[in-house]
Amino acid sequence: MTPLLEVRNLRVGFSGQDVVHGVDFEIAAGERLALVGESGSGKSVSALSLLRLAQNADVSGSALLEGRDLLQMSERELRGVRGDQVAIIFQEPMTALNPLYTVGAQIGEVLQLKKGMTARQAHAASVELLASTGIPEPARRAQAYPHQLSGGQRQRAVIAMALASSPKLLLADEPTTALDVSLRGQILDLLSDLQRQHGMAVLLITHDLNLVRRFASRIAVMERGHLVETGDVARVFAEPQHAYTRKLLASRPERELDDAAPAAAGKPVLSAHGLRVGYPVSVAGLRGWFKKGEFVAVQGADLEIAPAQTLGVIGESGSGKSTLALAVLGLLPFKGSLRVAGTDWAEAKRSNQERALRQRIQVVFQDPFSSLSPRMTVEQIVGEGLLVHCPGLTPAQRREQVVQVLADVGLVDDPDQGSGWLQRYPHEFSGGQRQRLAIARALIVNPELLVLDEPTSALDVTVQKQVLALLQRLQRERGLSYLFITHDVDVIRAMAHQVLVMKDGAVIERGPVDQVLTAPQHRYTQALVQAAV
Amino acid sequence: MSHPTSLSPSRRAWQRFKRNQLGYWSLVIFCVLVVASLFAEVLSSDRPLVVRYQGQTYFPLFNDYPETVFGGDFESNTDYLDPFIQARITTGGNWAVYAPNPYGPKTLNYFAKAPHPSAPTEDNWLGTDDRGRDLLAQLIYGFRVSVLFGLALTFTGVLLGLITGAIQGFFGGKTDLAFQRFIEVWGAMPELYLLIIFSAVFAPSIGLLLVLLSLFGWMGLSDYVRAEFLRNRQMDYVRSARAMGLSSGQIIWRHVLPNSLTPVVTFLPFRMSAAILALTSLDFLGLGVPPGTPSLGELLSQGKNNIDAWWISLSTFAVLVVTLLLLTFMGDALRDALDPRKADR
Repeated sequence: MTPLLEVRNLRVGFSGQDVVHGVDFEIAAGERLALVGESGSGKSVSALSLLRLAQNADVSGSALLEGRDLLQMSERELRGVRGDQVAIIFQEPMTALNPLYTVGAQIGEVLQLKKGMTARQAHAASVELLASTGIPEPARRAQAYPHQLSGGQRQRAVIAMALASSPKLLLADEPTTALDVSLRGQILDLLSDLQRQHGMAVLLITHDLNLVRRFASRIAVMERGHLVETGDVARVFAEPQHAYTRKLLASRPERELDDAAPAAAGKPVLSAHGLRVGYPVSVAGLRGWFKKGEFVAVQGADLEIAPAQTLGVIGESGSGKSTLALAVLGLLPFKGSLRVAGTDWAEAKRSNQERALRQRIQVVFQDPFSSLSPRMTVEQIVGEGLLVHCPGLTPAQRREQVVQVLADVGLVDDPDQGSGWLQRYPHEFSGGQRQRLAIARALIVNPELLVLDEPTSALDVTVQKQVLALLQRLQRERGLSYLFITHDVDVIRAMAHQVLVMKDGAVIERGPVDQVLTAPQHRYTQALVQAAV
Repeated sequence: MSHPTSLSPSRRAWQRFKRNQLGYWSLVIFCVLVVASLFAEVLSSDRPLVVRYQGQTYFPLFNDYPETVFGGDFESNTDYLDPFIQARITTGGNWAVYAPNPYGPKTLNYFAKAPHPSAPTEDNWLGTDDRGRDLLAQLIYGFRVSVLFGLALTFTGVLLGLITGAIQGFFGGKTDLAFQRFIEVWGAMPELYLLIIFSAVFAPSIGLLLVLLSLFGWMGLSDYVRAEFLRNRQMDYVRSARAMGLSSGQIIWRHVLPNSLTPVVTFLPFRMSAAILALTSLDFLGLGVPPGTPSLGELLSQGKNNIDAWWISLSTFAVLVVTLLLLTFMGDALRDALDPRKADR
């Protein structure tokens, strides 16, 4: 059987630097192939350059779609292929749709262009397509603008648009990454169903092995521009041949915590009762001149963290979990009581004890690129806390502590090498190294509680595993408590002792990690846990 | 590590700037011109630098000597362009070192051979203006005044813009709202009328002009700085610094300000050329520097009044064009060097 798409020796380079070094793969008609790799592995660029959509890229090799080479076609011929025989779904549905047109008009445009329908026919067909993607009230939604739809509905609309021309091949570039966990499964199931109905081939580009296991029949693993392994999903998952594939498969976070430690020994490091955080929002119309409305991001949360324990907070975007983190750090005004190591936050702010309290509670944010000031050296970034909390130190003593903490977070193997790193700037470090720097900055003042706001979600899976292992080691060695915020059930399973599930600003479920993850009570938690398997 | 030596972002920007030949050499030439104009008294002066007269050494550039010292009749200050004095101090064992261009900006040559305004001659390389003052000397001193004024105005404007922009952007909310409304009101004031009124009320001076233009020149920059501060204050590194317990002042100074300077630096050459142009046009209108101060605008106005004396307008125009071009080239290079989207190769 001749394959639908046959890619031979595909090379992609940007301004002389190759990022994809000769990749070969093929997709049979109606096949589901997953292209897997970490960021920078060249998986997205490979797929985009098949349709010559990668900008300023030098592409060579061949990509035969039913015997015609996509890479040799004229721009005019290629335009006939794009969106017709080959369609694409992008990662971010908000930017993939034009905000100025209704969803129905955008789907109709494809139908008019590719199928030669009249406007009336196209409208009817686009409503049908929307219905087939499971959007409720498709006739009304067709009249909606992208911003009026939820994230999941938008992605469904994008899928409907891609299917409008009944493509033979669908390129899905991280189609669920921008969506909340509970939606990912739904969208993936939808793609599966539609793939079977239409009998099209799907090339799924992803970094998420759970998705691959659920969706794909064949897998191709990329590492740094090389295709290192291809094969049936079941075979590759069961007996991976290449070292990198093995590493990738083994990157599921592991639990290496001392669970035998007696919980709730001593005073809680953090306790909150009836914690409520609201943001002022503007009110429309003339009334908005005189009063402000309030958006309640966290309502009535109770929580408690024992020494050397981790409280995991799980929820999707907009659930108020990051707001909770900022409130706990005392960076947002809140109502209710919040005590850090027995001291009341509000009281501390009144009596000028704020600084002393800040030494006990530190933070690591999600994005390793915006969490370090690009114009400061490692020594300045990490040593800053000492300037505030131990002003008596001499520069030499400060430097000694910085080097020590860099060694503690595993950035340098032994403290003697550390001094070479001190004058470097953040841009010289990788994402994982930057996250270690952020941890070092927080640790240098010897806090009791670390607030970790999605500390690993911006990292590749293999790096995530290392950072989580580091955090676990630090907890064992230093007896740190964590408030660990994430959307990833796997991470919670590895890290947390207690779990809090948040939705729409409210805590809907709480309890020990085993109980919440094995026997979830709330329907939302059940969906969340199920989506992660 | 990919980088063998560690460079700060500003050092890397400087290296990118240096790679832009046009911008880099514009900077070099501009600096040479400015430094040279700072020594204008040595280059262009109606007083000799050194005079050796009857075994004694005199420094007329720094001291006043009456004519009687050099054998003249009067107790008044020596006019070194007087052919009689010239003959006294350059014949016999005496010698004098004149400046390369032996005229000052205000020198009236009473012994000129041609009527005013005179076309370029051997004595006046670029000719004279309608009052008989040497054009080259005026251009050198006028350039100095323009550049120094431009530097001063840029400095005060940047300082004011930074402070106001930082306050608005960092504190936001009501502070921002109040400041924005103030800027709208302040920006609506007719600047030119105010200048005309003030030039009627007060004696015109460069200081007054600097104050007036500074009062209105900071708003454009303040908007950019405000936007940068609004963006940077919610970056995670600022939140981390807050969580660390740093004070607002420390956060602004150590974290937000260094990361908000890109538009400020990018606009520096453009602001400076705008300042030079503003001074020139005000001088042209007669609202600028006090009469008698060498100024490019005043020369342009003379050129307009004596349209047949082409050397006045042409040479002034050339000086202005070169100055503004150099600044623009520098600005372009600087903008490219600071553009975050351009990777360094």
